[in-house]
Amino acid sequence: MQYMHKYASPKFFYTLAGKLTPWMAALTAVLLVAGLYLGLFVAPVDFQQGESYRIMFIHVPAAWMSMFIYVCMAGAGAIALVWNVKLFEMFAGNCAPVGASFTFLALVTGSLWGKPMWGAWWAWDARLTSELILFFLYIGYMALEASIDDPRRAARASAILALVGVVNIPVIHFSVEWWNTLHQPASVGKVGTPSIHPSMLAPLLLMSLGFTFYFFTVALMRMRNEILERERHTTWVAQLLESKS
Amino acid sequence: MNWSEFIRMGGYGFYVWSSYGLALLVLLLNLYLPLRRRKTVRRLLHEFLRLKEQTR
Repeated sequence: MQYMHKYASPKFFYTLAGKLTPWMAALTAVLLVAGLYLGLFVAPVDFQQGESYRIMFIHVPAAWMSMFIYVCMAGAGAIALVWNVKLFEMFAGNCAPVGASFTFLALVTGSLWGKPMWGAWWAWDARLTSELILFFLYIGYMALEASIDDPRRAARASAILALVGVVNIPVIHFSVEWWNTLHQPASVGKVGTPSIHPSMLAPLLLMSLGFTFYFFTVALMRMRNEILERERHTTWVAQLLESKS
Repeated sequence: MNWSEFIRMGGYGFYVWSSYGLALLVLLLNLYLPLRRRKTVRRLLHEFLRLKEQTR
């Protein structure tokens, strides 16, 4: 626990995050450029879906991120609730807008893929509906957080909302197995028998990793802003600003 | 490789490029917002510290 408090001290974290951010950003750029190159130029055309399947390299990573960020947000919220660590509270709060935008991206790219393949922009299918609920959970989280003035009380209330909403994550994941859906089942993650060719799997994984590091980059940037704001009464912030001006 | 063929994406150009374009927009927006916020926070903090200095 004492280590957690050292690394979770806002001052220490502010400096650490400042050093990490450019490296994370560079890694993100490399991963995304490699992913785009392999996805758009190297991966062969799909024999069933033609070139439209290339939407997958955006859609699937965005959908994974929408769930991953939600789990991060709820997990950090739980840690903040139990141990009262400010840093996790800030992390949770800053996950929400980024997660919401990835959920939005997953929904819209799904729509743009659904139209040419299924002939419909939208269907009230289990996978699509549960992902839409995820989007509303993010919006609800942000609305609740914004409606309470005291940031610490706001974080507590929204963390509880996020924890309740976690039940939706397995529903999204297993929706294609539990219900007869229009949405195709997962192609990645079946142990032993991957049903996706390596030339298509490589860009998919690169884009996913790129999105993941993008999320960490942006989260660190957001947290640094919030730390300065919340710690404005402390001497280290005053000293920091003086040395920079 | 033929560029016009590439843009056409086998007839799915609109769907494919809308998806990639929207992704770019989402990534850029999420990068721009914290950068703008950083400027605002810095400006407000300078103001805050100046006022604190004055009232001391």
